[in-house]
Amino acid sequence: MNKIGIITGREYFTRVKKKSFILMTLLTPLLITAFYGIIIWVSVGQTNSAENQNIVVVDRSGVFINDLVAPENIVFIAQENYTTDQLITSDSIDAVVSIPQDYTVDQPLALKYESMSSLSVNNSSRIELAFKDVVRDKKLTQLGVDQATIDSLQTKVVLSQFKVEEDGSTKSSNIGVNTGLGMALAFMIYFFIFLYGVQVMKGVIEEKTNRIVELIVSTVKPFQLMMGKVLGIALVGLTQLTIWIILTGILMTVVGVIVGLNMDDMKELQDVSNNPGLANVDMNQLQFVSDFLALPLAKIFGVFLFFFMGGYLFYGALFAAIGSAVDSETDTQQFMLPITMPLVFSIAISFSLVVGDPNGSLATWMSIIPLTSPITMMVRLPFMDESQNWQIYLSMAVMLLSIFGVIAVAGKIYRTGILMYGKKVNYKELAKWLFYKN
Amino acid sequence: MSIIQIQEVSKFYANHTALDQVSFDVPKGSIFGLLGPNGAGKTSLIRIINQITAPDEGQILFNGKPLTKEHIKQIGYLPEERGLYKKMTVYDQLIYFARLRGMDTTAAKKTINEWLEKFEATTWKKKKIEELSKGMQQKIQFIVTVMHSPNFIILDEPFTGFDPKNTQLIKDEIENLRNQGASIMLSTHRMENVEAICDNVVLLNKASVVAQGTVMDVRNSLKDNTYSITYRGEVKPTQFAGIDIKKNVQKDGSTTLIFTYNDKPNIQLFNDPMIQISEYREVIPSMQEVFLTLTDSSHE
Repeated sequence: MNKIGIITGREYFTRVKKKSFILMTLLTPLLITAFYGIIIWVSVGQTNSAENQNIVVVDRSGVFINDLVAPENIVFIAQENYTTDQLITSDSIDAVVSIPQDYTVDQPLALKYESMSSLSVNNSSRIELAFKDVVRDKKLTQLGVDQATIDSLQTKVVLSQFKVEEDGSTKSSNIGVNTGLGMALAFMIYFFIFLYGVQVMKGVIEEKTNRIVELIVSTVKPFQLMMGKVLGIALVGLTQLTIWIILTGILMTVVGVIVGLNMDDMKELQDVSNNPGLANVDMNQLQFVSDFLALPLAKIFGVFLFFFMGGYLFYGALFAAIGSAVDSETDTQQFMLPITMPLVFSIAISFSLVVGDPNGSLATWMSIIPLTSPITMMVRLPFMDESQNWQIYLSMAVMLLSIFGVIAVAGKIYRTGILMYGKKVNYKELAKWLFYKN
Repeated sequence: MSIIQIQEVSKFYANHTALDQVSFDVPKGSIFGLLGPNGAGKTSLIRIINQITAPDEGQILFNGKPLTKEHIKQIGYLPEERGLYKKMTVYDQLIYFARLRGMDTTAAKKTINEWLEKFEATTWKKKKIEELSKGMQQKIQFIVTVMHSPNFIILDEPFTGFDPKNTQLIKDEIENLRNQGASIMLSTHRMENVEAICDNVVLLNKASVVAQGTVMDVRNSLKDNTYSITYRGEVKPTQFAGIDIKKNVQKDGSTTLIFTYNDKPNIQLFNDPMIQISEYREVIPSMQEVFLTLTDSSHE
């Protein structure tokens, strides 16, 4: 065991000291934060600081002029006349809305909107709504409904989703947040397996082509060398992940404060989602934060860590076996395909079919079979409830057993492959190696 | 007393036999030559002694006891195909291999510094292997082999890549190590080095031992009553009656004759006052000749 430790140490320290590692580890959180910051900045900026739209209303019918209520960020300016030339020369007027002279509330309303820039969908519907409200109120008045009654008909509707558990308790649920989180975690695992699996393979090829391996296996068993390498690189990945999480957390908090989002807001949002009575409090686009915080994050993180490591060990051992079987990186192609196929397959299917039906039988099976489970399980996880925990345990057990199996097989290929030079290896040959004695 | 005893070791691969009932002993405190053409089974045997692979038949004794993983610490190995981590510094690399051989870091640091000094290489410590010349890399590789003070050192072609000066340095070091009590197994194709430094040799050909013993024993085993005489002066043909002259070389006024005969030497030159003999000796085949003769496929 001690020798595995020495090898793990070398693999770890030579990698984390590399400039490329340090750069990537520090830059990625900056990129994530910058991306996140831009999204928040754009969305917060739009509601708080969008310029008012000045719209001239030419109401020749006289139906609206006294009752029209301008929505937020729009100013209606009543005018009897306004020409297109005026619109072109004026800087302060953004658009002109004209109502036909012969319009009465009994007719369908045809508004003419003239502007030098095109109308956003959002503003279009808000302008329509403002006019609709006037027409509706007038009609209600004609029917003898007084103004107080009309006002009382105004109801704010907020749709809050809740997921009902078997024991009757409820939880806030948001498909968007669940999907986003699941896909993000799945993608991280996918990325990690590829990035670090290939590093394992390259490391093995380096030792083989530089003939270091002959010297090392005279002091340690090939299996110890393989495991030391796989574990050392796993630690590099964990280090990177940990730094990413910590740095991204710090940076995002800083950016959040800068762009005007603070922890109190998030707390408040969480209270809202946990207390349906407060559900009619005004919601904004940061609803997702509360839904995110309402997920069983500790459990999700724990399962993520397991499959993060499990998926890597499973595939990492296979990458090591490939590295040992070839003489140079250019020969790896034919053996890479059977490893990359299930990974690409699981990400493609998980991001389409599994997201669409996270608890269907395809999703369930894919989250148990070890070739696909590290990725599919992540996509499913935010959608799973306590009653499905057995599937997680089953998947983990299958994963553990498979890791032992794969490492045993990879170890046999590895110990023969690393000392075999100048031989074009095919699958038949690999199969033979499994049964070689020492 | 032998440090290594190879006892009827065989190793079979799918399509060929790498070693066939090979047996020999490596005497303690000697420099032992493991010789043979490419493909004779030397590397297979070295791998078995290093426990990289296991023999299919037979066994190996280390100091009289069956070879186990415990003996790894006592063995030093310089593979024919040299290999070091190109991106690692000299010092880190030496520490790493020392620890793999079971040394603790403090002891390793001390020995490594001593060896770097001996090879005038202390300034290379922080350099990466890829920044060193080939000869420098070879020196580092040699240090890797011997820094843990092994009792038994296997050197596979230790002189390749060295200029004459460094070759001498390595030769001297090998003899030093032997004088300090280590036993050395040397595998090389350079027969002049074998004659110069080996005490005993074994010659493998096609998976089997074809000759073994001291260098002199092996050379003597192939001698065939060939003699060489070098002289100045005119010789009458009668003086060489009954002698089969193989070669006649004239150089700087001297004549060298190589000849064989089966009975007692009966040369009538020694008492001829007109002839000055500068050398007369029996010709013993060189290791080079022994090697070529015994590994020649027609010699079976």
